[in-house]
Amino acid sequence: MSATSARPSHAAQPSGSAFILKKALISAAVALVLFSLMIGVRTEAGPQGGLIYWTRFGDLAALVGTVFGGSIIIELLRQWWGPVDKDRIVPKPVQSAMSFAGRWLAPALLVFAFLVPVIFYNQRYILDLSILVLTYVMLGWGLNVVVGLAGLLDLGYVAFYAVGAYSYALLATNFGLSFWVCLPLAGILAAFWGVLLGFPVLRLRGDYLAIVTLAFGEIIRLVIINWQSLTGGPNGVSGIPRPTMFGIPLTPGDDGLAAKLGIEFSPTHRIVFLFYLILAMALLTNWVTIRLRRLPIGRAWEALREDEVACRALGINVTTTKLTAFATGAMFGGFAGAFFATRQGFISPESFTFQESALVLAIVVLGGMGSQLGVALAALTMIGGFELFRGFDQYRMLVFGIAMVLLMIWRPRGLIGHRAPTVFLERNQAISSDLVKEGHG
Amino acid sequence: MDYFAQQLINGLVLGSIYGLIAIGYTMVYGIVGMINFAHGDIFMIGGFIAMISFLVLVSLGLTAIPLILLIVLLVSMVITALYGWTIERIAYRPLRHSFRLAPMLSAIGMSFVLTNFSQVSQGARVKPVPPIITGGYTLHEGSQGFAVQLSNIQIVVVLATIVLLAVFTWLVSRTRLGRDMRACEQDQTMAALLGVDVDRTISMTFVIGAALAAVAGMMYLLYYGLVDFFMGFVAGIKAFTAAVLGGIGSLPGAMLGGLAIGLIETFWSAYFSVEYKDVAAFSILIVVLIFMPTGLLGRPEVEKV
Amino acid sequence: MSSDHILTVDRLMMRFGGIVAVNELSFAAERRKITALIGPNGAGKTTVFNCITGFYRPSGGAIRLAHDDGRTIQLERLGDFRITKQAKVARTFQNIRLFPGMTALENLMVAQHNALMRASGLTFLGLIGAPSWRAAEQRAIELARTWLDRVGLLSRADDAAGNLAYGDQRRLEIARAMCTEPVLLCLDEPAAGLNARESGGLNELLLSIRNEQGTSILLIEHDMSVVMEISDHVVVMDYGVKIAEGTPQAVRDDPKVIAAYLGADEEEAIAVMESGT
Ligand SMILES: Nc1ncnc2c1ncn2[C@@H]1O[C@H](COP(=O)(O)OP(=O)(O)OP(=O)(O)O)[C@@H](O)[C@H]1O
Ligand SMILES: [Mg+2]
Repeated sequence: MSATSARPSHAAQPSGSAFILKKALISAAVALVLFSLMIGVRTEAGPQGGLIYWTRFGDLAALVGTVFGGSIIIELLRQWWGPVDKDRIVPKPVQSAMSFAGRWLAPALLVFAFLVPVIFYNQRYILDLSILVLTYVMLGWGLNVVVGLAGLLDLGYVAFYAVGAYSYALLATNFGLSFWVCLPLAGILAAFWGVLLGFPVLRLRGDYLAIVTLAFGEIIRLVIINWQSLTGGPNGVSGIPRPTMFGIPLTPGDDGLAAKLGIEFSPTHRIVFLFYLILAMALLTNWVTIRLRRLPIGRAWEALREDEVACRALGINVTTTKLTAFATGAMFGGFAGAFFATRQGFISPESFTFQESALVLAIVVLGGMGSQLGVALAALTMIGGFELFRGFDQYRMLVFGIAMVLLMIWRPRGLIGHRAPTVFLERNQAISSDLVKEGHG
Repeated sequence: MDYFAQQLINGLVLGSIYGLIAIGYTMVYGIVGMINFAHGDIFMIGGFIAMISFLVLVSLGLTAIPLILLIVLLVSMVITALYGWTIERIAYRPLRHSFRLAPMLSAIGMSFVLTNFSQVSQGARVKPVPPIITGGYTLHEGSQGFAVQLSNIQIVVVLATIVLLAVFTWLVSRTRLGRDMRACEQDQTMAALLGVDVDRTISMTFVIGAALAAVAGMMYLLYYGLVDFFMGFVAGIKAFTAAVLGGIGSLPGAMLGGLAIGLIETFWSAYFSVEYKDVAAFSILIVVLIFMPTGLLGRPEVEKV
Repeated sequence: MSSDHILTVDRLMMRFGGIVAVNELSFAAERRKITALIGPNGAGKTTVFNCITGFYRPSGGAIRLAHDDGRTIQLERLGDFRITKQAKVARTFQNIRLFPGMTALENLMVAQHNALMRASGLTFLGLIGAPSWRAAEQRAIELARTWLDRVGLLSRADDAAGNLAYGDQRRLEIARAMCTEPVLLCLDEPAAGLNARESGGLNELLLSIRNEQGTSILLIEHDMSVVMEISDHVVVMDYGVKIAEGTPQAVRDDPKVIAAYLGADEEEAIAVMESGT
């Protein structure tokens, strides 16, 4: 903090129209240089194979103009708004209102989640989207154990998602095992891989850990792509069996659920079933995590995030503590993967790229490290927001990236910025995130 | 033996390119302590700018190849450096004293922005350029008709890397900027109190890192004859791996790591399988880190208790 | 007086590259007594602690811990966490190392990790909420409450450790170490940064830990009033070697000790002493 004090305070910052204009002109000039070749000139492979190009100076001018205008607007807003600090962005009364709402938000969301298939029964799109959001909520909650509680950075979480998905897909297509048998197997296999990844990374800290987990995720993906005889390579695995309701298939046939219940078959039944399935799985994840936090293992995870040296001095085996965190997070990832496979009926390595890991990590960090409710809200925001841009197909990832940058700048500590204690004598009071450490690992 | 020598040459050339990118990672890490995930995409942007400026210059009627290359080099270094500067200003500076993961995620977001910006603005298809630097030498004529080749472009890549490294080493060890950079690396607060302009020094770090990545991008374009919007991701991860392998924060380590990754990749492809070359590189990284948790040349982290 | 030694340090060596931080150091700490380790800055005191508690692996020598039941444990062969878990040695740090984002109570619960881990059936019994686990947890909370009370922090039980005042943090760290139920407690400058009243309270706390719990204490301290008042035996180090040892009074009057602290020759120190008295 002391480094900031060496800089002039906001109040001393020059204002006035000349300053704003100067700033806008500089921004525009920078934009002009940045975009000159990338936007001003469009290249394409020509019909003969060589490159051809054409100019787009109109687009360039429009973009530079936008930057100029945008810069003026932002600067005006900033001066009108005044110095930006935390209290200003979220005024005190709003904060207390939010903490009040926070108490009711989780139950309200839960009730709403249960009602989604009832309310939107005829809107297949919304049901599909809800399933997607819940899948990410579950992934977020799973990764939260590793990153949010234990403070270990994992950039390759998608590997466990992939292990879960492929475990189910291969066991089901090759050995005809049912979803309900494969689900625990997928979790166990993913946990096993979590421990396997855990071993080399135990001694590593910070960014060394980051790259090793990232490398691990890539290794798994590359092996899936290249081990064609087992995984089908880039073509993936198709014809993955759909889940049954404990043995009763959700099909139009005579032995299907609809026929047994004597109601008319509708494909929506399966979607609704899938919805409740993932909801139950996510809630189980949540319940287990909340439970674990109040057990010695969960407290040890959080203590590890706070101070590893102190943990060692208290006789905590840091190695097994880290391994259990990796294994638990991986197991939840594996469950989610098995669900993904059964929902899609088809999986390929394309679904398990680094982008996916980054997305889940963004959900955890944006949620506010360690906060279960925050992670759910962040998943809803990110996946829902992402869907809003479905129409602008090619700009979608661009907007997504910009949103990620802006969200981080807006709330570097995440949406829910405090930690709830796991045990108390008299008062159950939240702990400000300023005190909570983020871990070195 | 000839085959081995040939792979050695190829590996060193590839390693030089990785090394140039890795320096950018390591510099930023040393000073700001963050992984600049967008750096691989800066390299990609460098390659694109080189490709576009080359195309424009040729169509303007310029024919002297050395002159063209010189202009292309300057243009791509300048513009790409400005990308580095802008990104630091927009996405990293507001998060400088915040939570450790926030700037990293901001960087991942920025990487998505750059990848997709280039896809949207230049299209998704691979952009091929004709071979620009041709010719070469046959170093050794083997008995079974296998000859060890050293192409001119390989010479250019290695020479450019050596020259840049020399300039860069001089910059860091002999100039005022280099001193400021080392001061910021040690202790930003103290450096600021002693009159070092920390903001400017950090900006310059990003500018230099981006300029080196631009050179790498141009070399890649010349060497492989193509660029595409997704090349930043793979090259970025490899270079980052190289930086960590060498010991992140260590400049010679970055170059050493780059060469190591280049050689591992080339030899693995040559003797085992092309498909698993990346798996080999990543696995070796993991194995090295198990035994040397701070990389080859990284300072061992002793935690005083 | 071949009495009952809980800890015996035998020709301990610790080198860092060229620096010899601890050089052939031998001393012993008596059971149920307070042994002080003193010496000027950089003498190597914290390094000795780090060797005893397994944070550093000694370059040479032996550290033996003799339990009440006659078991002897070679501490230098055990790695960090096992020293607390199996040998029952606990420590505090010169720079306080609490879990700042957890409450005072949670800090003390973490300290009972190993006992609670067993009680929770390695988590599985705890997950299903078995009654035996609930009872164990309740007992752990009671133990924590007892210690919070003894260090005078009961009213701050639910506050984040990072929000406590400096002196409170020091005492919380001692309480946390005691929650591991150690036979030997190693305190690294517990009185640093405390005012006179607080350090008086600390003396009482340490004496009560020795008398009531029967815990042996090894203490690094610069504050001579604390050392003189509560320690039974004092070991003085300088430049990694032991220069004196004995009762507080004997050590206080030893010219070698005064010379080390004043950074002067022995003769000068004697001169100082004589002119002073
Ligand atoms: N991890 C380490 N690496 C290198 N040198 C070390 C290390 N730990 C301690 N030292 C050196 O060992 C010597 C003794 O340090 P130590 O911290 O043990 O002193 P101390 O007696 O505790 O001093 P103080 O009263 O200031 O706490 C010092 O010279 C210190 O620099
Ligand atoms: Mg010390």
